[in-house]
Amino acid sequence: MLLEIRDLSKSYPGPEPDRPVQVLRGVSLSLDAGQTLALTGESGSGKSTLLHLVAGLDHADAGQILLDGREVTRMDDTGRAALRRGTVGVIFQQFNLIPSLDVAANIGFQARLAGRADPARVLALAGALGLGAHLHKYPEQLSGGQQQRVAIARALAARPRLILADEPTGNLDEATAAEVMAQLLALVSEEGAALMMVTHSERMATQLSRRLHLRQGQLEPGP
Amino acid sequence: MTPAILSALAAHWRRNPLQFLTLVLGLAFATALWSGVQAINAEARQSYDRAAASLGEGQFDLLLARDGGWINAARFVALRRAGWLVTPLVEGQITPDAGAPLRLLGIEPLTAPAGMAAAGVARTDLAGFLAGRVLLADPETARRLTPPPAVLQGRQVRAEAGLAPGTVLADIGAAQRLLGREGQVSRLLILPDQPQNQPALDQIAPDLLRQGAEAAPDPARLTGSFHLNLTAFGALSFIVGLFIVHGAVGLAMEQRRPLVRTLRALGAPLRLLVGLMLAELLAIALLAGGLGVLLGYVVAAALLPDVAATIRGLYGASVSGTLELRAVWWLSGLGMALAGTALAASGALWRIARMPPLASAGGRAWAVASARRTLGMAGAGLGLLALAAGIAAFGQGGGLWLGFTLLAALLLGGVLILPPFLALALTLAQRRRMGPVAEWFLADTRQQLPGLGLALMALMLAMAANVGVATMVSSFRLTFTGFLDQRLSAALYVNAEPAGDLRALEAFLEAEARELLPILVTEASVAGWPAQIYGVRGGPTYRQNWHFLAGGAEAWDTLVAGRAVIVNEQLARRADLAPGDALTVLPGLVLPVAAVVGDYGNPVGQVILGEDLFRATFPEAAPRRFAVQADDPDTLRRALLRDHGLPTAAITDQAEQKALALAIFERTFAVTGALNVLTLAVAGFAMLMSLLTLAALRLPQLAPVWALGLTQRHLAGLELLRAGLLAAMTALLALPLGLGLAWALLSVVNVEAFGWRLPMFLFPADYARLGLAAMVAAGLAALWPAWRLARRPPAELLKVFANER
Ligand SMILES: Nc1ncnc2c1ncn2[C@@H]1O[C@H](COP(=O)(O)OP(=O)(O)O)[C@@H](O)[C@H]1O
Ligand SMILES: [Mg+2]
Repeated sequence: MLLEIRDLSKSYPGPEPDRPVQVLRGVSLSLDAGQTLALTGESGSGKSTLLHLVAGLDHADAGQILLDGREVTRMDDTGRAALRRGTVGVIFQQFNLIPSLDVAANIGFQARLAGRADPARVLALAGALGLGAHLHKYPEQLSGGQQQRVAIARALAARPRLILADEPTGNLDEATAAEVMAQLLALVSEEGAALMMVTHSERMATQLSRRLHLRQGQLEPGP
Repeated sequence: MTPAILSALAAHWRRNPLQFLTLVLGLAFATALWSGVQAINAEARQSYDRAAASLGEGQFDLLLARDGGWINAARFVALRRAGWLVTPLVEGQITPDAGAPLRLLGIEPLTAPAGMAAAGVARTDLAGFLAGRVLLADPETARRLTPPPAVLQGRQVRAEAGLAPGTVLADIGAAQRLLGREGQVSRLLILPDQPQNQPALDQIAPDLLRQGAEAAPDPARLTGSFHLNLTAFGALSFIVGLFIVHGAVGLAMEQRRPLVRTLRALGAPLRLLVGLMLAELLAIALLAGGLGVLLGYVVAAALLPDVAATIRGLYGASVSGTLELRAVWWLSGLGMALAGTALAASGALWRIARMPPLASAGGRAWAVASARRTLGMAGAGLGLLALAAGIAAFGQGGGLWLGFTLLAALLLGGVLILPPFLALALTLAQRRRMGPVAEWFLADTRQQLPGLGLALMALMLAMAANVGVATMVSSFRLTFTGFLDQRLSAALYVNAEPAGDLRALEAFLEAEARELLPILVTEASVAGWPAQIYGVRGGPTYRQNWHFLAGGAEAWDTLVAGRAVIVNEQLARRADLAPGDALTVLPGLVLPVAAVVGDYGNPVGQVILGEDLFRATFPEAAPRRFAVQADDPDTLRRALLRDHGLPTAAITDQAEQKALALAIFERTFAVTGALNVLTLAVAGFAMLMSLLTLAALRLPQLAPVWALGLTQRHLAGLELLRAGLLAAMTALLALPLGLGLAWALLSVVNVEAFGWRLPMFLFPADYARLGLAAMVAAGLAALWPAWRLARRPPAELLKVFANER
């Protein structure tokens, strides 16, 4: 099992002091290598929160996350940083890129951090995503769709076991979104990575092998 | 409408308290540095005057008894009645129970000149002083005399820092009683500003002899140059502060543009808007300037030894041991604050005034400077530096204004060149192959430059000012001590004029002195310039102590042989003379220049001839002053006083004078060191404020890197490293700029203003220390923002990626 989540809870400080808002209440799930999972739920239901916890970007209150046999919930800052570098690839809805680096450097950044630098792979991914002509542009010179493609290329370039995507096409128009989505799914299956993707689009969700719905802090099977 | 607009404008400050703080504190610090330097300058000058006056050295003409003895006090009354502004002095020795004798100086506080110790001093307890109950002495002597020994007949001695060492100051009546000289005075001092038509002196007091103000080398004349240089650096410190103000004002104006647009759309006239913003800024400037003057006063008082800031001092009351806050400082401090704010705001206000009411509200991003702007800065900076180089190479002798143009071009050019220089250096560094973090670090640093530009410029100016001050002060100290060694090398300086029998005195000195240096002088016009021609005896004293600016040691031999002359720097510059050039000393007397000698502080030219040649050329000019080397100066001095009827004022103890001058300069030097620290602190403050302003803008730049696998602590460490790196690179450029500024001041401005050049010495260890201090200042400034970054909850970083950003 690549990812195993048991009884995960997370709360945020609420508007009133000492009255935290409980976002996740005992979430459990498991995900095998090569599987793709769609996570749906209303806005504010805690999808992003769950994703952040799995990626080692934030701390859970209780419960366990086992990723690749290691317990993320017991890692310190350094361990989490190593996890983000080497094991997962994260794609956010927007502002994924490092503004001071050009496209090529952005794509290669995580792979180099993880010690898996591979310039040929950077070129290949960029080509596959139609970024070949933009390698020396800076993020601010790209359209939203192009920026998300760079983020996808970067996540894949590092060869992570698990790709975590948080509404990666949420900011794009419908046609572009569909195209980017298709490219992401094709590359993920090509690489054999697992994918956990947050989306509120039914159409997108149906393209993935499994679906789970987050409601009132708990997971239920998708429709 | 006006109140509504005002409250809308003020709302901005309420929402951005940090910006308001930056503006007020920046301006206050700038003003504080400026007025602090003014205060220190004034205090140094004053304490020098006071100490010099209490030594009895003459900036003043004196009246002495022709017979060398005491003068009847009635003479004083007669002279005053006749309209002569004179003040009596009583001088003698008292010997406490144990230890060396002390000099007792009695003055008449009500008629004594303002510069003399008495005037400022005795006000502490004027009644007690006038009644003779209170005496004053420098702190060390005062300690020695507490409790008062029997010779003081029950009088108390209070410490007064401005007094010359080993001198006890008393009211004239008390001094007469202590010395057993009731009704008698030692000499009368002629005040400089006399009414026009009094009867001639020989009519009222034929038994008195007028002795001209001391012609001995006067270290006080050097201070003019020192204070000019210090003031220049004070202005530089002020500019450091202005950079903070400029940044804060610019940011505030930029952020209020949408508001201005809205107000205009609502019908507020542009003129009223701009006027109100200007009034708002002026109010802030007055507030901050006032704060700054007070701060500068407190800082100066804290730095200056032996003076204190007191409430009474704030009103300008002259109180012993108190720094007086003068009206001039208030005016100049507030004036600088107002002018500085106006300067910093004018660009921003002008842009607002020209803004069409319906222009797009987006505006340009403040923090993003275009490559074109960087190029423009580089071009302008290089142009100004080229202008500076041109003036340095070809414009010397072009007058004071050219010197100041050189300074300004150097300063502005150096500042403008900094951001392009940093950008270029980072770009070059990026060419090298390196790890992903280093690569990102450099790229990101490059991206921070526009936002940090002003703070870095301030840091560079602060560093340059520090390097300049350190160079100037240390060069001054070396030159000054060397020059004092040279000019005050003889033990005693004897004014022979009051002596009854000049010839007998000279014969006595020839016999008793280890080396006698008769001072022969006559006024003349040389090469079309007023000059003094000196005749000197080229003995070991001169040969050992005089250092030439040009020309070799053999100059003395040719001088003694009457085959050459030595000229001072002032004459050499005016008449364009170098060793080997022929100089027409008099019609018919043409000699080559053997050497040029530094003559710091002297306004006039000098030609030095060998003694024999001088006596042959000017047979009527007899020596009236002697410098004397003696194995036992005290015995010789006593003999001169006892056997040759010389008054004590006619003999100057050179060592004492030298020690005094050095002590006072050391105090000022020490204070400038503390000023350096302050300037750097202000630059650090500018850096801190810039970093805090940037902190919010930084998150979108840092969050992706963090998400990809760097810890927050690692990122915070890199932020510190960045500050240190930028400071180090800035220091690299600040060093030559500081040296250039020092050079321009010492070698160009000083020459234009005073006619002589202050030799410049380099102090690499000091510069290394200053560079380190700048990096520490930058590091400290970055510490808090970095700490905040390290401690930020991850959720805040994650917000960057969230929809609702
Ligand atoms: N840093 C935070 N502090 C307080 N509340 C938060 C924070 N982040 C998220 N929340 C709250 O937690 C809930 C879940 O947020 P999120 O996981 O972003 O939901 P989703 O991604 O499903 O829209 C929301 O109610 C949101 O307001
Ligand atoms: Mg979300």
